[in-house]
Amino acid sequence: MAVPSNKTGNTADVIVIGGGLHGLSAALHLSMQGVDVTVLEKDYCGRHASGVNAGGVRRLGRALPEVPLSVAAAELWQNIEQLVGDDCGFESTCQIKVAETEADLRKLQHRSKELQDLGFDHEEIIDRKTLRKLLPAVNPECVGGMVVHGDGHANPFRTVQAFRHRASSLGAQIYEGAQVTETDRRHGVWVVRTANGNRHEAPVVINSAGAWAGRFADQMGDRVSLRPAALMLMITARLPAFIDVVVGATGRTLSFKQFENGTVMIGGGFEGQANLETNQTTLDFAGLATSARSAIAIFPIMQKARIVRQWAGIEGMMADGIPVLGPSQSEGLFHSFGYSAHGFQLSPICGKIVSDLVLTGSTDLPIAAFRADRFNT
Amino acid sequence: MSDGLDHDLVIVGSGPAGMAASLVAAEHGERVLVLDEQRQPGGQVFRAMEKNDAASRPELGDSYYAGSKLIRSFRRANVDYRPGTTVWHVSSEGEIGFTQDGEAKIVKAGHVVVATGAMERPFPVKGWTNAGVMSAGAAQVLLKEAGIGIENAVFAGTGPLLYLVVYQYLQAGIPVKAVLDLTPAENYFAAVRHLPAAILSSGKLLRGQKWKRRITRSNIPFLSGIRNIRICGTGAVNSIEYLVGSTWNKIETQNVLLHQGVVPNINISASAGCDTRWNERQAAWTVVVDEWFRSSQSRISVVGDGAAIGGAVAAQHAGYLAALGALERLGKIDTTIQTKLARAHAVALRAELRLQPFLETLFRPARHMRIPVMDDVVVCRCEEIHAGQIREFVGIGCSDPNQVKSFSRCGMGPCQGRFCGHTVSELIADIESRPVGEVGYFRLRPPVKPLRLSELATLSDLPKVD
Repeated sequence: MAVPSNKTGNTADVIVIGGGLHGLSAALHLSMQGVDVTVLEKDYCGRHASGVNAGGVRRLGRALPEVPLSVAAAELWQNIEQLVGDDCGFESTCQIKVAETEADLRKLQHRSKELQDLGFDHEEIIDRKTLRKLLPAVNPECVGGMVVHGDGHANPFRTVQAFRHRASSLGAQIYEGAQVTETDRRHGVWVVRTANGNRHEAPVVINSAGAWAGRFADQMGDRVSLRPAALMLMITARLPAFIDVVVGATGRTLSFKQFENGTVMIGGGFEGQANLETNQTTLDFAGLATSARSAIAIFPIMQKARIVRQWAGIEGMMADGIPVLGPSQSEGLFHSFGYSAHGFQLSPICGKIVSDLVLTGSTDLPIAAFRADRFNT
Repeated sequence: MSDGLDHDLVIVGSGPAGMAASLVAAEHGERVLVLDEQRQPGGQVFRAMEKNDAASRPELGDSYYAGSKLIRSFRRANVDYRPGTTVWHVSSEGEIGFTQDGEAKIVKAGHVVVATGAMERPFPVKGWTNAGVMSAGAAQVLLKEAGIGIENAVFAGTGPLLYLVVYQYLQAGIPVKAVLDLTPAENYFAAVRHLPAAILSSGKLLRGQKWKRRITRSNIPFLSGIRNIRICGTGAVNSIEYLVGSTWNKIETQNVLLHQGVVPNINISASAGCDTRWNERQAAWTVVVDEWFRSSQSRISVVGDGAAIGGAVAAQHAGYLAALGALERLGKIDTTIQTKLARAHAVALRAELRLQPFLETLFRPARHMRIPVMDDVVVCRCEEIHAGQIREFVGIGCSDPNQVKSFSRCGMGPCQGRFCGHTVSELIADIESRPVGEVGYFRLRPPVKPLRLSELATLSDLPKVD
């Protein structure tokens, strides 16, 4: 689709709803192509999941339909400074899934084989000795694991700012505190109104509203049943450096990493409760206690670590755990949401995909699995 | 228990406000749990009083021993009092997370009274993080707990507590090198209009005068009219410099004790979601409460210096009123009884607070003592973030304390922003010429006090969140 350029008042070529990483990435890639983009963010950019997630840059353990996207994103991450003008605090080391038992290890071997059959060889099985070498602090009873070299982690808030600044330096108009209250399509143009009384117009709208994206999709006839999730994380006071890779577990949910400044982040897929109206989350301490036990089981050194912060970010979760990415059944609307717990690494490539879809109607990467209508029967 | 609650009332803090509130609640037959970090009741003001007595430690003064009656009553009251307990979470639903003897627990209360008192205002001047620099309040803790004094220290700052600690040092015979009074000269003029009301609480006023007179009549240098200070030395203090007129003068010293007033410790209440408000005269964040000290969260009351600074006596009266407010909310007393029981305390509280506008105006620290002018002054001690870095982040669009925090790590350390929160709010407001109230405060995350992973791992049998 060719998009005519216009520069008058509150009109643009594309309106992006949601100033999280995926919205900003779409805005950036579109701006790079000379498209006039407006971003409408109800709070401030990166206020929710984008700014407060674990920052995992991970191909390890991706759902199979996401693997090609994740591999393409990894290439963009290797040159992230070229794309956004900042290294985003990206540290490329590796990510490891630890096997605590022989059964865990068999599960990982099976998975690695499955990926190889699809033509991807980035997930590598390691034995007990190699595991100890990569993770000297790991519980000696762990039997092995799976590793992806080149994975790592970045600073989420810094990443948001970098995408935002690059997009706006290329001309994207970013409005914060601009909650969308009304969308209307008239004669091929979307009219979008915000709670602060502004009106914006564009032929194309991108729905990248994170946990809030489901309502809008539903209104537009795409019944996606997006569930708000409040994934909990905690972080400790500084500890002497003992690990430089991101670690997960096989038989339990855990995400574990130490930052350069010595603090350790512990996540693990446990959810609190999210309130979409008030932006507030409630923590579930039973879940956090389980995460604490998991972290201590795999890294006994954590026993005495002091937790300084626990929180949850509000994210949008799909029933099948993979996002909605692609055109809506409504004309001039594209979706990019539902990345809960795993969208950070994908953001550079998904913005590119959205941009390609808007400008050319197609993309080189396989996105059929992410169709908005996949739950329609 | 049939109501699903572990306690009717949980009171956080056993200072004057917390003790008073628990007495009233216990008298009405409530199941009261009192959690406090210290080993003995009394809060900061009456800290370690049970260990001390007026005969052997007279230097601590009448205002200190005035708390003994309340402490004795508290000890006799039928409450579940847990000293040595760290509260690390209070939720708007009335759940309280705490650690005692290495074990974490979460209990659910019908109502929570947060009586966490005040904390000393940050004093972000050049060199304030050097070894040998302490707050005067911390020095007072040492004196009360262990009878230890910091010898030959230079005291610098403003506020009644500064004079009190110097007074106690002199009474105890601990040598003091000098006192640098940073009370801004213009405050004396501004405070005059509050004097008529203040004279009605002349007792307190005279007590302050007594402390100050004891200092000025001693042979230690008491220097007033000081406009600025800087603490010198690399790593450890070797001297303090002070500005009089346009001249910097120097005093050699290894120890500096700073103090410029106290501010409410709002960490628990703000993280529980209680609304806060910037109080311009106190230059502090206060918690929004009604006449019964009930906050914007219906299950939570915030009382005493933890809501707004009023001192120990006011806190005690407020504690009684807060308990009556909680009992009424829980349906244990009706409003007629509530009003009747409250009357004397409400009158006494009003009288006690009459002096406050005068004190707040007189001892309001100078703007440049609260908002560092120089870029190389440390704002966040935990993460060593300087004022210049914060100015930089504000310059590129971080206009909210939480954005500054995410970006710079300022406020992310173990103190949970207690040492920098006020400075950051005022600094952003100053840079952007906006009201502090509009800039806001850090969004506080649990745990509000550090919690060991091994302690969290012990949590089990949690109450259901509804």
